[in-house]
Amino acid sequence: MPKIIVEIMPKQDLLDPQGKAVANSLHRSGREDISAVRIGKRIELHFDREITDKDLEEAKTQAANFLSNDVIEDVVAVTKED
Amino acid sequence: MKIGVITYPGTLDDRDAQRAIRLAGGTPVPLWHADDDLKKVDAVVLPGGFSYGDYLRCGAIAAQAPATKEVIRLAGQGLPVLGICNGFQILVESHLLPGGLIRNEKQHFVCKDQKLRVENNETAWTNMFEKDEEILIPLKNGEGGYIASDETLKMLEAENLITFRYLDGNPNGSLNDIAGLTNKRGNVVGLMPHPEHAVEPGFGPDTKTAMRSGIDGLKFFQSVLQQVVNA
Repeated sequence: MPKIIVEIMPKQDLLDPQGKAVANSLHRSGREDISAVRIGKRIELHFDREITDKDLEEAKTQAANFLSNDVIEDVVAVTKED
Repeated sequence: MKIGVITYPGTLDDRDAQRAIRLAGGTPVPLWHADDDLKKVDAVVLPGGFSYGDYLRCGAIAAQAPATKEVIRLAGQGLPVLGICNGFQILVESHLLPGGLIRNEKQHFVCKDQKLRVENNETAWTNMFEKDEEILIPLKNGEGGYIASDETLKMLEAENLITFRYLDGNPNGSLNDIAGLTNKRGNVVGLMPHPEHAVEPGFGPDTKTAMRSGIDGLKFFQSVLQQVVNA
């Protein structure tokens, strides 16, 4: 199924409590070599037709304005997958 | 004096907000998220809860609702708007107030009576308070950590837009102890704690005088009634 994949991460300088909790758990299970964990989001937009360049452009706008909040998150990638 | 209260799917405190408006002497008007008709109200409250299940981000989907779009438009013309808790999150997601709200620093949901200092008593919703007045109202949130860029924080401090600060300890890691904000015009106010839960003796926070006698929240609603009369 054709889809557009939007990947969003919390901003680098922001505390990511989810990632920190997972990192602590990994450290407890012996993986102290993992220095940090950060957790983001992957959002898939599915289409029943071929994805056009315009779809991708619009998805980038949606990603910046609605799917993410630029105060706390960065859009890492908006990609097309056939 | 008609004050609208918007109900979104997942809103919790709309009835409490309506009751607070009634106790302050106003007429509450229930508004529906999917309806862009705000019924000519004189002010609007965005109440607390978990609109749209807090999906995507708290307040993000509610910020796109037809009723919210109309609130954004009318706020630009000076309509008084109060966002409480999830309502505050909706206001920042709507860009009516700057910054963002993230999970509490210590991960836990916090539910307690919270002391605040009124930093700005020149807004539509705080004009009945004294400057630097200390008030006590309930706080209950999981994602109440206020953040903003250094530049935004400097602007908020310089322009006196921080309306409330947490006292006696910061419950959620909010930068600069910010509990609530206003816009430059002073018609939009958002805060994490819940004034509508401290409006009637017998049902508010405990005070030194008597159990559950705290009614510091009432002045929010009296302020806006005062403001609308003077406008």
